[in-house]
Amino acid sequence: MTNGIKSYSNWQLVSLVILRVAVGWNFFYEGLAKLIDPDWTAMGYLLDSKWIFAGIFHSMASNPTILSVVDFLNIWGLILVGLGLMLGLFTRLSAIAGMILLGFYYLSHPPLAGLGYIIPSEGNYLIVNKTLIEFFAIWVIYHFPSGREIGIDRLFFGNPYRNNI
Amino acid sequence: MLRGLATVPFLGALLLAWWNKRRKDHYLNENIFNEIKVSTKAPESGPAIPKDKKIRLGIIGFGIRGEQLMRGAGFAVPEVIDEWEKVALNNSSDTRYEDFLRQEDLNIEVNGICDVYDVHAERVLLASGNIDRKGSDANITPAAKRYRNYKDLIQADDIDAVIIATPDHWHARMAMDVALAGKHVYVEKGMTRTAEETYEMADVIKKSGVCFQLGHQGRQTASYNKAREVIRENILGPITLIEVTTNRNSPNGAWQYEIDEGAGPHNIDWEQFTGYGPERPFSLERFFRWRCWWDYGTGLSGDLLTHEYDAMNQILDLGIPHSVVSSGGIYFFKDGREVPDTFQVTCEYPERNLTFLYSATLASNQARGKSIMGHDANMEVGEMLTVWADYESTRFKELIQNGTIKVDIPLFSFIPGRKKVDTMATATEKYFAGRGLLYTYRDGVRVDTTHLHIKEWLDCIRSGRQTSCNIDRGFEEAITAHMATISYRENRKVFWDPVNKRIV
Repeated sequence: MTNGIKSYSNWQLVSLVILRVAVGWNFFYEGLAKLIDPDWTAMGYLLDSKWIFAGIFHSMASNPTILSVVDFLNIWGLILVGLGLMLGLFTRLSAIAGMILLGFYYLSHPPLAGLGYIIPSEGNYLIVNKTLIEFFAIWVIYHFPSGREIGIDRLFFGNPYRNNI
Repeated sequence: MLRGLATVPFLGALLLAWWNKRRKDHYLNENIFNEIKVSTKAPESGPAIPKDKKIRLGIIGFGIRGEQLMRGAGFAVPEVIDEWEKVALNNSSDTRYEDFLRQEDLNIEVNGICDVYDVHAERVLLASGNIDRKGSDANITPAAKRYRNYKDLIQADDIDAVIIATPDHWHARMAMDVALAGKHVYVEKGMTRTAEETYEMADVIKKSGVCFQLGHQGRQTASYNKAREVIRENILGPITLIEVTTNRNSPNGAWQYEIDEGAGPHNIDWEQFTGYGPERPFSLERFFRWRCWWDYGTGLSGDLLTHEYDAMNQILDLGIPHSVVSSGGIYFFKDGREVPDTFQVTCEYPERNLTFLYSATLASNQARGKSIMGHDANMEVGEMLTVWADYESTRFKELIQNGTIKVDIPLFSFIPGRKKVDTMATATEKYFAGRGLLYTYRDGVRVDTTHLHIKEWLDCIRSGRQTSCNIDRGFEEAITAHMATISYRENRKVFWDPVNKRIV
């Protein structure tokens, strides 16, 4: 796969990097906003979960110890994934972690017919929502890695196209 | 090297934008709170009172409310624990069982119980022995003694304080008898059934010097305490109208409580139930659904207007109104009841330049909440507290014009469980709080207000302090509710004579 990156045009590479930075920005700021709010907790969000996995998410909310772990992992997961994607540091690992987080968000609140949520939605969604789209965007980022071309990964691991090929 | 660090400036840009936003938010918050001077801290509970002295309780009446009060005191019927355990297994968000286990031990014992219905008496006997909060497999044995007549319970040497959760027509007589025996009283609302009882009861309780608490557990609601602070700081400006409401829409909500199949004259002491009231033929409906008849209660007045009134009395120190007019009717539940199911009460406070309006129906769930309307801002009080500036406010005119205060978003909100009052709680949080997904908290921990209200009573017994819903507040509650009832029943405007302290 990495071989293919050599054939990116400049514009292809720039658009991939912009996509990566934008998704990273979104993650990083979401994490920061939660980090500085002493009252933030995922409790309400988890309790609002619907569909077949709702039971798992509800049980996370009802146990204070588990809830504090969930909150901690969520905040620092968002921040680290955000930093990773923005800076191109451990890009593929960050992409996987980001997809796991988004997978949880999507599965806890899938916009399926017949499921209504307390959290207001700013648009209209059926099956596909912005969480799912961001999930697929990171999937693209994973398969078209740009961190070793433009990103700190390049300094740590080198540019594969110069060294390896 | 350059390519490796090419995206770092984006991180810098984000942090710069974030720092800017923080500064702006902080500046707005500061500006608003400098102007309105409400503490941004959530209300905290007072210092802990030592519980070294065990208090020995008696309870009279173990219907729906009596059971709730006993649980608030820490004693549940084992069957209820079984039920909670079962529900929690299937629905992990139902944390009643866990919450109950976590509820503070108040260092009390229940030594005497009295109920005129054998089934209720058996249940409360089991609850009295359930010190370790176990289910029925623990084979709990009763700890309390059953008294057939409440007068014997009151005289027992091993009882220091009594909880009264009988129908309203017994409240005053029992509370007075308990106080005259030198024992402390917790009595459910509405405090009395008639105005005459109220005058006498207030005298007796005051002279006795016992610790008295009326059962308005709303006194413990965090957002009401915060609302009181907001009013004290005069943020709303002149208040001319207060609107409080009751909306229910179920037979249970309209007091058509279940009638036990096995109940009858063989296990209900009808004579003692009737008490000093008019003699009526035995009636299961009257026994189980007593709130529907004037002989035993005052319908919406005593049951629900009292809660709404007391909340506003707590927040605004309203006292007894100058005059009251009420109207309503039996418009939906035509089941032979005497009390109205739709009821509107207007209380005038000319000295305060305000009207208190209560509006209730038992046949629609259109929840309207509690609203305090001021010239400068209005306040919605519920589980959470929200204050909105009025776009034609005199006081906030400048701040609205320069954009510091926006009238389409709340001036500030207080959400129970949050550590602070904020101008920018998230929309999600407000939704959750508004829908009751967040609960009344003390120091960040979710607690049952009934438990807190009983705890306050016990703390006051131990420390000699005044309860929050003492006999003076109870007197105001009862008189206001009776003015409303009299106005409805006699179809006239009713006045309070503050000199002679009588309804006229």
